[in-house]
Amino acid sequence: MRHGKYRFIVGFLALPLLIYAIFVISPFVQAFQISTTEWSGLRGTAKSIGLDNYGKLLHSDEFWNALKHNVIMLVLVPIATLALGLFFAFMLNVGGRARRGAVITGVRGASFYKFVYFFPQVISITIISVIWFNIYNPDPHDGMLNSLLGALGLDSLQSSWLGERGIALACIMVVMVWANVGFYVVLFSAAMASIPREIYEASLLDGANRLHTFFRITLPLLWDTVQTGWVYMGIIAMDAFALVQIMSVNMGGPDGATDVVPLRLYQTAFRDSQFGYAAAMGVAMLVVTLLFAVLTMRFARRERIEF
Amino acid sequence: MTTQTNPVEKLPAAGGRPSAGRKNAGTSRGRAEGGVLNVFSHGMLVVWALMVGMPLLWVLWSSFKNSGDILTTPWSLPDKLHFENWVNAWDKANIGKMFLNTLIVVGGSVTGTMVLGSMAGYVLARFTFPGNRFIYYLFVAGMSFPVFMLVIPLFFVMRDFPGIPLLATYQGLIAVYIAYSLPFTVFFMTSFFRTLPTSVAEAAMIDGASHARTFFQVMLPMAKPGLISVGIFNFLGQWNQYLLPMVLNQDEDKYVLTQGLANIALQQGYEGDWGGLMAGMMIAMLPVLIVYFIFQRQVQAGLTAGAIK
Repeated sequence: MRHGKYRFIVGFLALPLLIYAIFVISPFVQAFQISTTEWSGLRGTAKSIGLDNYGKLLHSDEFWNALKHNVIMLVLVPIATLALGLFFAFMLNVGGRARRGAVITGVRGASFYKFVYFFPQVISITIISVIWFNIYNPDPHDGMLNSLLGALGLDSLQSSWLGERGIALACIMVVMVWANVGFYVVLFSAAMASIPREIYEASLLDGANRLHTFFRITLPLLWDTVQTGWVYMGIIAMDAFALVQIMSVNMGGPDGATDVVPLRLYQTAFRDSQFGYAAAMGVAMLVVTLLFAVLTMRFARRERIEF
Repeated sequence: MTTQTNPVEKLPAAGGRPSAGRKNAGTSRGRAEGGVLNVFSHGMLVVWALMVGMPLLWVLWSSFKNSGDILTTPWSLPDKLHFENWVNAWDKANIGKMFLNTLIVVGGSVTGTMVLGSMAGYVLARFTFPGNRFIYYLFVAGMSFPVFMLVIPLFFVMRDFPGIPLLATYQGLIAVYIAYSLPFTVFFMTSFFRTLPTSVAEAAMIDGASHARTFFQVMLPMAKPGLISVGIFNFLGQWNQYLLPMVLNQDEDKYVLTQGLANIALQQGYEGDWGGLMAGMMIAMLPVLIVYFIFQRQVQAGLTAGAIK
């Protein structure tokens, strides 16, 4: 019996562990090793150069420019996404007019809104990028956004969007927010649904308005979820690869205005064949992501509220 | 626990601790405010729904317009239904071939992920043995590795794989998709198997069923809701995967939909066969849309569960 048990355990774990070790764990370990070499990818030509790649990274304007954009996204995209997500989720769950005897209701059609808002979450980022590439088409007649502005008589607001240095990055961040708000509406809705209705009803009877209810009840009780969402959104903001690669002018342009670290890494490795240097960027990304997660957990911590 | 009732206790103070008389006034003022707020907020909800829905509807109706019309009159409805876009996309733009590639890769990898992931999850949830915790955390740690850091070494692991070339092969992509889906699948299935009652499995064992037989004939059927959730999660993630095929699948014959569409879009810029591209995007989205329409709730629950790990 015992013998049978161990044979079973080994039998069931061997293949998953093997595949995982080869394609995930071993690349993770190798990433550090490759980052200390100068290597163009040819077999047996990797030359160990210690931490030189990291030194080069620290003095690379290109890298800092790309990292700066990731950090801007890391700060602004989660704020906008989570704020909109919270607002919509609150409206859908608590913001409705009192009806059918219930004091607390969502607005009519809440499930329909959740269905539509969630849409971008299930389609591929490639398709989202191609759609928004068309929305931002700079031509005043061909571009979806520009022609819409023209039709509304707002010609002065027409712009070349992705082609304009000052706003190209913001245009890409808008797409990230657009694509992710629905996810948080659903996530926060689920969390709000677990808050007992009586708490809301009591507060309304005591004369609190919706703003009070939101800031005094909903937000504190949702804080854990918001914090997790923040980290998750930050990791998405660290990426932005497909959006920038497909949408931006000249991959990261105009003139580097939308460049991000993942795109830099991809180009350095698979276009310029500087694999050691690119691997160092990968390690740097790990460090920044971990730093971001740790800082978020550290500074966003609140006393946990049980209910 | 002491904080439990605090927010509620504080509320009357926040509302100005109304007396009995002012309480009514306060409530009715709140209602009126609610009315205005409601119009405003409902307006916002509608605007956002349009912002999300319109671009997607636009792809649908553009897929029936000819390329010239898509560009010159982006907001107009098709003059007539240009089904030839769909045919062109399928044949000339190779979307048919890419669709088949995607189907093969995702079919193989979702099946593999579910079988291997639930096997590992079952063993880790139900058996005590030395190294159990270590293996569990080894899998779970994978959820926090940034994929960008791994793609360079992964490329060489695939290129230099002893015996078999794995770059730009179906088997290679399937193996990689499975490997990168295992962390969440194992994590999810382990906690799912922990919630299932042990008595049924024990009864089966007493009746003489082997461990493997107990797993496949008793435990797996019981785990069906969990398998569906995580299966949908993996299907969507793998169908929409972009980075891994970009790096590991650079042979045009083996292109999957996401990279093929990106390639077409990148090549043509603001000129080219837009009708065909829109039809191609619709073809690429269809399986995902069908799954979303049918399993709406499970999709929403499954994907959001993925975030709270």
